[in-house]
Amino acid sequence: MRGFLAVYLRELLIIWHRLPRMLLSFSVSPTLYLVAFGFGLGKNLTVGERPYLEFLVPGVVAASSMMQGFGINVEINVARFYLRIFEEFQAAPISNWSYVLGEILGGVTRAFLSTFVILAITALAGIHLHFGPVFFLGVFLNAFVFASLGVTSAMLIRSHADQALVTNFIITPMVFLGGTFFPVEGLPAWARVPLKLLPLTHASHLIRSAAYGKPVPMVSLLILGALAFGGFFLAYRSVDRARD
Amino acid sequence: MAVAVRVEGLVKDYGKLRALSGISFEIPEGELFALLGPNGAGKTTTIRILTGLTRPTAGRAFFFERDIFSSPLYAKRLAGLVPQATNLDLELTVWENLLIHGLLFGMDRRSIQMRARELLEFSGLWDRRNHKVKTLSGGMRRRLLIIRALMHEPRILFLDEPTVGLDPHIRRRLWGLIKQIQTRGTTILLTTHYIEEAEFLADRVAFLDRGRIVALDTPQNLMTHLGEAAVDVVTPEGLKTKFFPNREEAEREAMKLSRAGETVTIRRVNLEDAFLHFTGRKV
Ligand SMILES: Nc1ncnc2c1ncn2[C@@H]1O[C@H](COP(=O)(O)OP(=O)(O)OP(=O)(O)O)[C@@H](O)[C@H]1O
Ligand SMILES: [Mg+2]
Repeated sequence: MRGFLAVYLRELLIIWHRLPRMLLSFSVSPTLYLVAFGFGLGKNLTVGERPYLEFLVPGVVAASSMMQGFGINVEINVARFYLRIFEEFQAAPISNWSYVLGEILGGVTRAFLSTFVILAITALAGIHLHFGPVFFLGVFLNAFVFASLGVTSAMLIRSHADQALVTNFIITPMVFLGGTFFPVEGLPAWARVPLKLLPLTHASHLIRSAAYGKPVPMVSLLILGALAFGGFFLAYRSVDRARD
Repeated sequence: MAVAVRVEGLVKDYGKLRALSGISFEIPEGELFALLGPNGAGKTTTIRILTGLTRPTAGRAFFFERDIFSSPLYAKRLAGLVPQATNLDLELTVWENLLIHGLLFGMDRRSIQMRARELLEFSGLWDRRNHKVKTLSGGMRRRLLIIRALMHEPRILFLDEPTVGLDPHIRRRLWGLIKQIQTRGTTILLTTHYIEEAEFLADRVAFLDRGRIVALDTPQNLMTHLGEAAVDVVTPEGLKTKFFPNREEAEREAMKLSRAGETVTIRRVNLEDAFLHFTGRKV
């Protein structure tokens, strides 16, 4: 238990020391998305009877919490290849699961911070949506799934350069295709089906439904829950692979 | 006296390269044991295996007679590690580095605070406790690295080249620190390629060369094996050294040689002579 606390507290302290810089950088890309796609395309644009901006905000939250969750891999790589702190963890009497859980929750914490930044910008822009428990559950599950994948990839890669490949080929496409900026439903079936397999599509759906005050989409919720378990297990199994 | 560390036939292969070819040794509790060897001899590999960072290809190891590979958590609780490459959290403060380490080793808040304060004062870093590590000098970082490993009061401390790349006066200061740690009852395994470091600090020294232990004894015995006095003779092929059981015989020989026109110096046999003798190479 203390092992988990140590790993998580370390991530919190790193966030704490960088907080002003971090909040500032979290606000850059959501602001750009809102300006470019929201205001730039015109206020009159609607998606399913709602202003496009209201459609866009939950999508940006989903994309951003995914990226920040997955972004824990960068911290782990720095700790492993540059600071070599990973060895300090390996030489400590802690279990793999406390290490993995500490890092995943580090990613989840970043995701929540970035979400709060977006919600603040949204409030300033005068956009009103529902931000209740289901909305935050969606953010949590989404961040948890991608932080697990972030930990897994950080354990499996052999160098920092490999990491860019994973990010460019998997994460970046998903940001654009996972129901974030346009509705997946509008696509022809051949494109819709593969996109429905992406975890981010379900996260966007869940987060957007909650923001609209609609009933909880149980299928997406269950899929994300299952992926969170699966992701955790995968991350757990990958830790031993990082040892030579 | 209990045996703190027992190593039996440790082998480590990296692909085709055999980094350790079956080394064995024992360290009684409270001893300061040095592994002395040139670059690539296998010193770090030995320490990484004993601290659970690397798995051995073959062989067994015990801390206080308990197998460390079948009880890794037990072994990690007993061991403290000062790695060769400094691995501190540069963005965190001195205090935070100690705090995280204490939590990793299951200490409660109260003992972390007491122990961290004691160690910071002991190492002269108390005034720096709230500074980020990246603002510390190399010598201060090394001291922090050592006291961090002492946070959880390890019974066996592994020091991998603790003074490499430091000023002579900082090195002496660290030697004092290490001696003090030993005085408190900690068993220490230290690696170095500084001969004088092993000679000054170690109760016993193992010469490690290309993954093999070629000699193991007290510094005194390793040296007297060769004699007491040495005569260096300058030759066109380099320095040639001859050994003598006592100073008188060395002087007689030196006299003879200098009358023949050679440049000679008489000195005490040192550990470097012993190392060269056993390995046939320079450190
Ligand atoms: N991860 C690794 N992969 C492949 N080979 C390795 C690895 N680590 C060490 N080696 C090799 O094993 C041998 C022993 O290395 P080791 O680091 O134990 O030496 P050392 O005695 O600590 O040397 P130094 O004084 O330079 O620190 C070297 O030949 C080294 O190249
Ligand atoms: Mg080494």
